[in-house]
Amino acid sequence: MDAYIIGVDMIKFGRFPEKSVPQLGSEAALLALDDCGLAVQDMQALYCGNLNQASGMVGQRILQQIGQTGIPVVNVSNACATGATAFREAWASVKAELYDVVLAVGVEQMGRGLLGGGGGRGISKEGLLGSGTMPSVFAEAGLEHTRQYGTTFEQFAKVSVKNHHHSTMNPKAMYQIETPLETVMNSEMISYPNTKLMCSVNVDGAAAAVIASEQKTRELGLISRAVKVRASVLTSDPWQERDLVMPDVNTCTRKAASAAYEMAGLGPEDIDLVELHDCFATAEILHYENLGLCNDGDAGRIIDEGEVELGGRVPVNVSGGLLSKGHPLGATGIANIYEVSTHLRGEAGSRQVEGAKIGLTHVIGLGSACGIHVLEGAAA
Amino acid sequence: MSDKALPVVEYLKLPEEGEPYLEGHQCSLCGAVFVGSRTHCSRCGGRDCMKATRLSNNGKLYSYSIVHRSFPGIDVPYVSAIVDLDGGGTVKGNLVDVEPDPNGIEFDMPVEVFFGDALGRRDSDGNSYIAFFFRPVSESH
Repeated sequence: MDAYIIGVDMIKFGRFPEKSVPQLGSEAALLALDDCGLAVQDMQALYCGNLNQASGMVGQRILQQIGQTGIPVVNVSNACATGATAFREAWASVKAELYDVVLAVGVEQMGRGLLGGGGGRGISKEGLLGSGTMPSVFAEAGLEHTRQYGTTFEQFAKVSVKNHHHSTMNPKAMYQIETPLETVMNSEMISYPNTKLMCSVNVDGAAAAVIASEQKTRELGLISRAVKVRASVLTSDPWQERDLVMPDVNTCTRKAASAAYEMAGLGPEDIDLVELHDCFATAEILHYENLGLCNDGDAGRIIDEGEVELGGRVPVNVSGGLLSKGHPLGATGIANIYEVSTHLRGEAGSRQVEGAKIGLTHVIGLGSACGIHVLEGAAA
Repeated sequence: MSDKALPVVEYLKLPEEGEPYLEGHQCSLCGAVFVGSRTHCSRCGGRDCMKATRLSNNGKLYSYSIVHRSFPGIDVPYVSAIVDLDGGGTVKGNLVDVEPDPNGIEFDMPVEVFFGDALGRRDSDGNSYIAFFFRPVSESH
């Protein structure tokens, strides 16, 4: 039996130091419940994704805000794939017919500044044995593409121009600011080739989804706005010779993509829009190829030719992406599902991908985990 | 506090006699080379099959980034380099004796590993450390 998203929403991403993590998660949970007209009493289980308070029972603390109904709660932590993993566990529980309507929440409250590069015994290795900061790690992954295909700094920068442009049409994005190419390329260099405007924004955020069995969806009379989950895939990183110093975001994405297309019974040519893990501008270029949106070596060309812009062949990150919508780590995987679902429902306003029927979401958690979902509008 | 400098990572070996070196472990079943010590092989799943091996001090630049913003107190800019060592093993470190400019850095440029003080860094007990670095070598070597 298929599982459907019947309610889904996110809070506007921003900085909310006055709020707690459970408060942010509760806001998204209530929005998703309202989206389908259900109450917390209707939920049979909660799958909650959060990273920075992974030992803090965030799911239970959300129910302590909005309704302690005694349902099973699973708290999930899987780096930046946390939200997608929580969603997938919720989906799996419905597919397994353990429950027929469940709630998934992803939530994160972020500090500012560089991520990565800390830890270990003795003295700091940062700036001594290279760099472990995320901008550097993804710069090195991007320059691997440069060594293979000659991808340029300007092509990487164009990703950021595009995603910032998209975010001007998304009121729930952190920023709604146009950033022309020269602005992106001339902003502070963090780790070449990633400038500051080519790094995702650390924000607070939360997103939530209500998932139901097909039978329950029809009983509730919600099928016309429901979004079918055509595929849900999670992979970890297969062995690669450079693993220990160079996290491989490519192989686990390629494995997940091919499994997702097989599960959904379709191919990349059938995808109308994509929300992918643009934690850095360099990363987005890699994933055009990893997800099969173009042939290997063509990623630079498709950003040059506008194929991945709104109105292009396969729009990517119409939400503004992690680069401008923002990247609250544990919330990102469900926020992406909200974005694609909104297009499949035809409710995305000025950024609507016209006629969108099938969309794909992708996240990468470094370490590594890759989550991919293929979604289909149910109206057909 | 130790009266001798300590290795910055476990896989940097400081023998009583002879030069420092980087140590890898190679799977005796599938041949995979890992930097650092381990018991089992995550490539083939083999158990208790790892043998210590001395890694080469020569290799080629695989990828890099040029770090302009780091944590407070860390000198920038510098080049963070990923180097494939001849004979197996990939390590990350600072590439020195080059301009921190992409125009002067070429993929696959030959580099060598050298060892030296860890930029004056000391731990909370006052111990000093030996680290490793990369520098370019000319093709004629």
